Amino acid sequence: MKKQNLKAWLYLLPALAFLAVFMIYPLADVVVYSLEEGYNSASQTFRGVGLYNFSYVLRDPYFLAAVRNTFLLVIVTVPVSTGLALLISLALNSVKALKNVFQTVYFLPYVTNTLAVGLVFMILFKKTAYSEGLVNLLINWFGGPSVDFIDGPYWAKMLVMCIYTVWVVMPFKVLILTGALASVNPEYYKAARVDGASKGRIFRRITLPMISPMIFYLVITGFIGAFKAYSDEVALFGTDLNAAGMNTIVGYVYDMLYGNSGGYPSYASAAALILFAIVFTITCVNLLISRKSAVV
Amino acid sequence: MNTDKSGGAASRIGRAAVYLFLAVWGVVVLFPFYWMVLTSFKSYSSYNSEFVPRFIATDPTLANYRDAFTAVPLARYFLNTLIFTVLTTAVMLVVTVLAAFAFSRLEFRGKNIVFALFLSLMMIPNELVVITNFVTITDWNMRNTFAGLILPSVASIFYIYLLKENFEQIPDELYKAAKVDGTSDLKYLLRVMLPICRPTVVTVTILKVIECWNSYVWPRLITDDQAYFLVSNGIQEIRENGFGRENIPAMMAAVVVISLPLVVLFLIFRKKIMSGVLRGGTKG
Repeated sequence: MKKQNLKAWLYLLPALAFLAVFMIYPLADVVVYSLEEGYNSASQTFRGVGLYNFSYVLRDPYFLAAVRNTFLLVIVTVPVSTGLALLISLALNSVKALKNVFQTVYFLPYVTNTLAVGLVFMILFKKTAYSEGLVNLLINWFGGPSVDFIDGPYWAKMLVMCIYTVWVVMPFKVLILTGALASVNPEYYKAARVDGASKGRIFRRITLPMISPMIFYLVITGFIGAFKAYSDEVALFGTDLNAAGMNTIVGYVYDMLYGNSGGYPSYASAAALILFAIVFTITCVNLLISRKSAVV
Repeated sequence: MNTDKSGGAASRIGRAAVYLFLAVWGVVVLFPFYWMVLTSFKSYSSYNSEFVPRFIATDPTLANYRDAFTAVPLARYFLNTLIFTVLTTAVMLVVTVLAAFAFSRLEFRGKNIVFALFLSLMMIPNELVVITNFVTITDWNMRNTFAGLILPSVASIFYIYLLKENFEQIPDELYKAAKVDGTSDLKYLLRVMLPICRPTVVTVTILKVIECWNSYVWPRLITDDQAYFLVSNGIQEIRENGFGRENIPAMMAAVVVISLPLVVLFLIFRKKIMSGVLRGGTKG
């Protein structure tokens, strides 16, 4: 037994060492950073201990703008993408021919570099000296006025951000929901049809309850993912998200840490902890709701 | 499906509507890819002279691909990403397989506590630890090195968990028989367990490769020397300082080159990748 013990720890050692250095220690350290007031990264000294970093971050207009952008993004994209994914999966599940082809195509964005494809979205929406951009030409064609989606008004930029985010998250959601729909026992449908239940009734009484755990799962992971949005925004608006007015909370953390506005790990830590608190709270609320509705 | 037949015309219209809907979404998904490939074949002058962009390249050219490789160090970004992806995935596999083996096959004191600790760490978002890791790597003078890029992302708890579950499905008898034959644990792991669990190992490998190829945030924090840029950072660099002018066709050529490896990988391992993500998603 002694020898086994030693050997087991030896096998675990690499994983434990990496986790200790790059996960467990940082976890404690981020709290320490967030409490050190006036931390100077050059001299590694600080003035005192307290909650000043949190109050600074919470009063920083850039942070508040980032919070507003992130919440807007979450509120718009999570319901839209989940609903759309449900529609697409239902449609996919009702056909036989070409189903595999559609599934493959729909999954493609999952494996592509979002920074790279974001650039294509930027070009499609951007107004340049040479061209209005394809999307604007479409709008013109329908009789609407052109809008600069990349450097223009706030709502237009927000719209592009939401559209791109939905495009990026769809593959995962469609895959999960199609899988969930396919795993519903066909006997239930047969029984319902024998009883003469209508299509709408079958959907509400059988399909929806059977896949609701997966929908809740997607809503929860969707919330978490959308709250951590960052690189899709960089792809569309460039690295200086504050200038574009399109920063997110995660973007604020990185800006505080690094780059032209960086060098403030304490503010970054405070912002990261605030983000974690928000995500944690919302996940708990989601879990509570899903548990309640599961009972009903 | 009897109802469909008796439904007649109405159901045929319904079916057509479903296909139309599916096709529209297919276009939405594919159009950006089409546009990127199309634009990459248009010459700089013809792209900029098209006020209404054409949907086919009337005069296709490969000049943009030449520019992408000569005007910016795209080949260097590519090579860096390849090295980064291969090394990270390889080290990750070794670390993960060893840990999964310990959890699934070996008995030791504190096993359950350590495993519970691992599982609880799975919930920690990367954003929370990245700040200290940035400082750690900087203190170790590992900025702009492959070690600095790779080290923080080799221990993946989720993959340890996935492999452990798979390892545990191998019957005990096999292990006991091997012990009687005097096979060492390591040999048993390499000769018996890994071959049996190959599908899961392949899945984990592919998922990690995708993650590495697309990683952006950590490489951006840890490299500011172009010689160590990965493709994501390279594309951002091209976008911001690019080809000396706003050369969108050349930019698109670079984007095509960067996207191609994963698209090819996806088309080859389509089933594996999709089932891997499905499983990963269900257990997340």
